[in-house]
Amino acid sequence: MNPLYLGGGAVALVVVYFWSLYNGLIRESTDIDEAWGQIQVQLKRRADLIPNLVESVKGYAKHEKGVFTEVTKARTAVMNADSPAEAAKADNMLTGALKSLFAVAEAYPKLEANQNFMQLQKELSDTEDKVAYSRQYYNAQLLEYNLKVKTFPNNVFVGMFGFTSREFFKAGEGEQNKVDVKFS
Amino acid sequence: MTISSQIRSNIAKTYLLMAVFVGLVIAIGYVLGYALGYGSDFVWIATLFAVISSFSSYWWGDKLVLAMSGAKPAERKKDFDFFTVAENLAMAAGIPKPKLYVIDDTAMNAFATGRDPEHAVVCATTGLLSKLERRELEGVIAHELSHIKNYDTRLLAVISVLAGTVVFLSDMFMRNLWWGGRRSRDDNNNSGGIILVIGIALAILTPIFATLMQMALSRRREFLADASGADLTRYPEGLARALAKLTQDKEVLEAATNATAHLYITNPFKGKAYGAWFSNMFNTHPPIEERIKRLRAM
Repeated sequence: MNPLYLGGGAVALVVVYFWSLYNGLIRESTDIDEAWGQIQVQLKRRADLIPNLVESVKGYAKHEKGVFTEVTKARTAVMNADSPAEAAKADNMLTGALKSLFAVAEAYPKLEANQNFMQLQKELSDTEDKVAYSRQYYNAQLLEYNLKVKTFPNNVFVGMFGFTSREFFKAGEGEQNKVDVKFS
Repeated sequence: MTISSQIRSNIAKTYLLMAVFVGLVIAIGYVLGYALGYGSDFVWIATLFAVISSFSSYWWGDKLVLAMSGAKPAERKKDFDFFTVAENLAMAAGIPKPKLYVIDDTAMNAFATGRDPEHAVVCATTGLLSKLERRELEGVIAHELSHIKNYDTRLLAVISVLAGTVVFLSDMFMRNLWWGGRRSRDDNNNSGGIILVIGIALAILTPIFATLMQMALSRRREFLADASGADLTRYPEGLARALAKLTQDKEVLEAATNATAHLYITNPFKGKAYGAWFSNMFNTHPPIEERIKRLRAM
């Protein structure tokens, strides 16, 4: 066989490899960015529900100030978070704070029976599901991407294109935290 | 079998099925035409009929199926859990939120349809929505979304319309046979008789063929949708409990027909003879007990 053909074939193979590697990584990181955007939308949605919730609880339980400040603080942290790690931490903090808020609400049967409060509670737990599912999608996308970036021979070349492995959105670290509720 | 190879095979099967169907209807048209003495004109009518129905089954299969079952669009306020659960799971599956419909019937059932994830529809009965808890509903919706994601719905929507057409055609043929219509009784009696026998055989065989196809396509598909649905919710127990509730439900879904039975999450006829001789003869769904067992083993 003509060595020219062999050389040409080898070059073509290399070109195809780089081509598909690059385009694949671009596609996947776009998907990941979009998934991250979705998480942020849901986190924001959740944060937007909080002021109304706090207001409706305040109407029945004015003096539980500690809980309200805690929730508001956590909410601000979520709003200001940029990276997945920060957002995850803030989100867990908010989950903990909301748990204390609902624990407080339990002491007020009239509040629990309030239509508005019930609706907010429903919306909030749905939004928590939304955060969880968008996180699940994000992490699944990320797993694929990271696997591609880290395995051989891709790992030798991805740096050249400026791709690095990315961080997961972890949940549950704060969720195990003990919730301390003060009844005053 | 992996999900992506299942998707490929579903898409290939859809086209193959449409081609086989067109061929089959033309063949029936030929036999029918000669058996009834209309000659070759019938072949052209049959060809037109076959092409139109397979084309429309592909493009409007979802709408036809919805029209067949008399469903109405769901509202976020009224069907809060249904609406939000579908929204959430679509997000987890990475597909657009399907259009949601509700059938006003106390029997518990649900189905999905549409030619691709961008044109998908999920439909549930009011009975299902009112009797399931949110986590159980999640299991059911995740199962339906998996059907959409795996392109099962494209194949099944095409099958429903085509199966409906075959049933319609053979019904027409049988009626013609009993109530006359054989104009050229005298000329070449012998070959006419042979064609008639073949015609009868075809008329009997096609519905069976169509149903067998439904069944063969259906069983593994249900298990796979259960598994990928559980992967979506990360909670197989939700669907297992929902299925257990569905077995308790003994009501027959009036809106289901022979052509749409295989779309539903459980057999809508509950083994009752409800003008449904075909779905009873050939079970389109694996036994629920088996599905629950597999889910609990995950």
